[in-house]
Amino acid sequence: MHTSQLIAEVLRVLAAGLLLISFAMLSGRRTQQLITLFAWQGVMLFLSTCLVAYSSGLTEMYYSAALTLLLKVIALPWILNRLIKRLGAQWDSEQLVNVPTTMLAGLVLVIFAFGLAQPISSMATTITRHTLGIALAVILLAFLMMITRRKAVTQVIGFLAMENGLFLAATSATYGMPMVIELGIALDLLVGVFILGIFFFQIREQFDSLDLHNLESLKED
Amino acid sequence: MRAVSFIRQFVEVALAIAIAPLFTGWIAQCRAWLQNRSAPPLLLPYRMLRKLFFKDVALAADASALFRATPYVLFGTMVLAAAIIPSLVTDLPLARVADSIALVGLFATARVFLSLAAMDIGTAFGTLGARREMMVGFLAEPALLMVLFNAFLLYGSTSLPSLVDGYRTHPSVIDPSVIFAAVAFVMVALAENARIPIDNPSTHLELTMIHEAMLLEYSARHLALVEWASSLKLFNYACIGFALFLPWGIATQGADGAGALLVAIAALIGKLVIAGAALALIESLSAKLRIFRAPEYLAMAFLLAVLGLLVHFLLGA
Amino acid sequence: MLLSANHWISGLAETLAVNDLHSVLLLVAAWMVLGFAGFLRPHSIRFVARFLFPAGAVLCLGVALLAGLFLASGHAPQLVVLPLGLPDLPFHIRLDVLSAFFLLLLGVAGAGISTFAAGYFRSGEGTAPALLGLEYHFFLASMAMVILADDAYLFMVAWETMALSSYFLVTSHHRIPEIRRAGFLYMIMAHVGAVCILLCFGVLQGGSWQFTFDAMRGAHFTPFWATTAFLLALLGFGAKAGLVPMHVWLPEAHPAAPSPVSAMMSGLMLKTAIYGMLRISFDLLSVRFWQWGVLLLALGLFSALFGAIFAAVQTDMKRLLAYSSIENVGLIFTGIGLSILFETSNMHLFAALAMTAALVHSLNHALFKSLLFLTTGSVLHATKQRSLGKLGGLIRRMPWVASLALIGTLSIAGLPPLNGFVSEWLLLQSFLFTPQLPHAFLNMLIPLGAAALALTVALSAYVMVKFYGVIFLGQPREPSLVNAHDANWLERLGLIWLAAGCVLIGALPQLAIMAAAPVTGKLVGDTVRSSSTFWSIAPIAQEQASYSGLILLAGILSVVAITFVCVRVVAHGRIRRTAAWDCGYPWQTSRMQDTAEGFGQPIRHMFGTFFRMERSLPSASDTAPRYRVYIEDRLWRAIYLPIARGVQKLADGIGFLQGGRLSIYLLYSFLTLLGLLVFVL
Repeated sequence: MHTSQLIAEVLRVLAAGLLLISFAMLSGRRTQQLITLFAWQGVMLFLSTCLVAYSSGLTEMYYSAALTLLLKVIALPWILNRLIKRLGAQWDSEQLVNVPTTMLAGLVLVIFAFGLAQPISSMATTITRHTLGIALAVILLAFLMMITRRKAVTQVIGFLAMENGLFLAATSATYGMPMVIELGIALDLLVGVFILGIFFFQIREQFDSLDLHNLESLKED
Repeated sequence: MRAVSFIRQFVEVALAIAIAPLFTGWIAQCRAWLQNRSAPPLLLPYRMLRKLFFKDVALAADASALFRATPYVLFGTMVLAAAIIPSLVTDLPLARVADSIALVGLFATARVFLSLAAMDIGTAFGTLGARREMMVGFLAEPALLMVLFNAFLLYGSTSLPSLVDGYRTHPSVIDPSVIFAAVAFVMVALAENARIPIDNPSTHLELTMIHEAMLLEYSARHLALVEWASSLKLFNYACIGFALFLPWGIATQGADGAGALLVAIAALIGKLVIAGAALALIESLSAKLRIFRAPEYLAMAFLLAVLGLLVHFLLGA
Repeated sequence: MLLSANHWISGLAETLAVNDLHSVLLLVAAWMVLGFAGFLRPHSIRFVARFLFPAGAVLCLGVALLAGLFLASGHAPQLVVLPLGLPDLPFHIRLDVLSAFFLLLLGVAGAGISTFAAGYFRSGEGTAPALLGLEYHFFLASMAMVILADDAYLFMVAWETMALSSYFLVTSHHRIPEIRRAGFLYMIMAHVGAVCILLCFGVLQGGSWQFTFDAMRGAHFTPFWATTAFLLALLGFGAKAGLVPMHVWLPEAHPAAPSPVSAMMSGLMLKTAIYGMLRISFDLLSVRFWQWGVLLLALGLFSALFGAIFAAVQTDMKRLLAYSSIENVGLIFTGIGLSILFETSNMHLFAALAMTAALVHSLNHALFKSLLFLTTGSVLHATKQRSLGKLGGLIRRMPWVASLALIGTLSIAGLPPLNGFVSEWLLLQSFLFTPQLPHAFLNMLIPLGAAALALTVALSAYVMVKFYGVIFLGQPREPSLVNAHDANWLERLGLIWLAAGCVLIGALPQLAIMAAAPVTGKLVGDTVRSSSTFWSIAPIAQEQASYSGLILLAGILSVVAITFVCVRVVAHGRIRRTAAWDCGYPWQTSRMQDTAEGFGQPIRHMFGTFFRMERSLPSASDTAPRYRVYIEDRLWRAIYLPIARGVQKLADGIGFLQGGRLSIYLLYSFLTLLGLLVFVL
């Protein structure tokens, strides 16, 4: 069928785009940029969920997609933007290791993820089973991003990106999670961001900076 | 080896030599329009070449034979590359002389000769340009190689005529690995041809120059040959890009006759017009990077190419 | 057309009915005789240099010719047993295709080096001329015997002779302490390697206590012992070849030796180590495992990158070339590793491609590295300067040396249409097939190795532009350089021979591939599709990839000629000589151009983690500012210094046994006697 082949190709392109955005987040310099990239990740997820919903005919995927749009494209980026404006942390965010080395590490992680995912993909039956490897790679890359950053806000964005990867994994392998779990995760994310925001103000008050290596001074010598 | 393929070969080379300065002129015009300036005339590069050929060469007193021979060597390698790349037809006698990896090597030869000539006079700017050009070169080669690897995985060959033929028989329109490889190729082409964001071709500040710094001591016919070779290099890169990613219009095996050739010429000119405009757009939208950001830019290109490779593995051939 | 030439040569060889092995042995014996002949007139440099060395060069040509004929004709191995050696283990000598290939390499490169050496050695430098001739010719003879040996004893005798004679050659200028130190380090590493090789032979005899290679070929090993033998061989031959991390002696020993000796070591001696590795992994061991291939591949790529990066920051021209040798040896080992990987996965055609790449690169490296080391010898003689900071502008004073060095530089940088490009192209082509390997993660990781290979190749071009540009181009950085003189006719002859080899193999790579074909056939069981046309090579298939060095060279030359003529005819050829433009700056001194350190600065900036750097920068108020950077190998501190300290401590600990008093030593003898009496009776 021509349309299903077209849909499969578009889904592949969207998945590849997600991977690309994860790499861009790994090497991105400014916090503002990272939030925009996160929003774009949400858009791609939204489109891909809609297409999967259309081709498989499951209506609850449409609700899932709508939730993604509301939460990850609109609400969370807006909250984060307000947060960094109030903290004054829109600009540069330092990296622990230089950019080419992080990219190389990311590449090795992608190979690892792809290698792992191949036997699992062959067992799944969905249209998007090939994208399981990409989902795993997105999770690992987001984790790597959290490790190689210094400022606290970027680590939160990494955590949120990890959740994006999980969502993609769920849609690709099993046509989405049960609705209850999805709503629960969405609520957790929202609350988590609020609480972390409060923590950031505390950290800044205590150390006058959001640089996480200040937290090292808490250890006993 | 029929006589008609030799004729087509000759037509292709002659067209390349003739059109290359026009392509550069077109890009300059588009840039001027995008930057809201009045454009220089389209045939300005030809007038410049003519003027330069008839001037006297002002040669430094201690310039060696290498310095004087380099413009000819550059021009020679670029013309040979233009003869090998299938821009109009794939049935070229010279097409099997070098595959795409050897073409990359040929471009490297030109770059090394130019760098050596720049070091010959012993000025500060020449050696500066040589060092920077070699640095950009050695970072761009792995990325370019990965793009060719991509093409090999998709179509089973590194020889450009086979790639063009292969693309025709199974065109995959929106394959993500092709898209990644194309973007990586464009980034590398910008770096190798000394375009923004790596180098500004119309700068006059010597400390920011890469390619221009190597030409500072050349004058008259030597300068004309080097400039012509540079525009030929850009033309060649554009043709390689067309052969890899947009081969529609190239007359393949079996398409004989003048009709196919005319269609191919028209397609090539159309593609060049669009490519030139796109290049001017990219140049106007980007800023020139600091020289030590260039490794990051090229690492990004390398990364895209490798991602294309890996995505091809994962999402199935 | 080339195939018919092949038939013609093999027909000639058969009609001559030459027993190649006997003739080769005669030539090797003649080398030894030449070595001793120097003692007829021990202090006459003219006799030794102008008569004996050219004779040695002619003998090299003879060896090369015989080896080439053997490769072209029937490939049945020839055996000779000499009644020398141990009572129950006489010397077994064997000539088969693998030995013939490396003998060809030895002969061709050795002829050029000997001719150059004939013109190079002048009186009053270090060792007496007769001793020099003896050591040199024994070095050549022992390398040939290593390649021809068919039992472990002869192999080790020849290996040790090679190490000893090269040690004496390296320390020719033994009055200088740095050279003595370099020789000492070289000796230690050579012996560590030799012990490993000896242990490897010990494992390979597999319990039968037969040390001939034939017996080893028939033995069967468990995977554990086979891997042990392989690893010991890797340690031993890797130490001699200069594989990281056993490379530390190379950058010290190669610069310390006189230039023809450096050329022999880099061009020929490293290849005997490659020969040893090939002989043990593919001939003596009957099975291989893919893990070995991955190990060799990883070590090779790392060595290549390491060598290139370090070469970029050197300021001594011979050290730069030594690190470049490490890089090229890394590339050869990469080819061998790929070959093992493909062969264990039953992809014999691609294994042959990778093996051909490794063999052709060995041949190419012997040619262009010898050429470059010899040109540095000429530069050293003419200017007495070794440091890149004191050279420059020599292209005007030494045109012959400069043009031949240009050919060497372009070859080593891997640029078409010369020979370096051919082997790198073959290696890249073999990487293209790695995604077809059946191993899960490897088929995705190894293509990244192709990127590392491309990075190394491009980096070597960078390094060579620095080498050539700083030495031969630009302004002279020392006023004494205006007195530099060009090479004499013997030196030029040697250089021209090697440069002609580079150009020939670049234009007609079919020759090298045809020479390597019987070897790959024997070792991995397949050969690349030798092309059926005279004009190009297409190792797998015409549609997949093809390359024609001859047409590229002819094409470039003809287009250059046509352009020149057209420009002259249409425009004119007038030139006006003026001062350099230099952007209008009024003064131009030689201090304004790039130094060697400056040219290497981008590499130092980007790959800083590989080095250990000490920098001393001037302060703002310094009236005589000096900038100093000292770059050291991290592996030296991390691996070698701890081992050296450990050994020193151990030696100190045992040193207490040396009491110094005679009665203590008598006491030791007495105690030993008592012990023997107790345990025996």
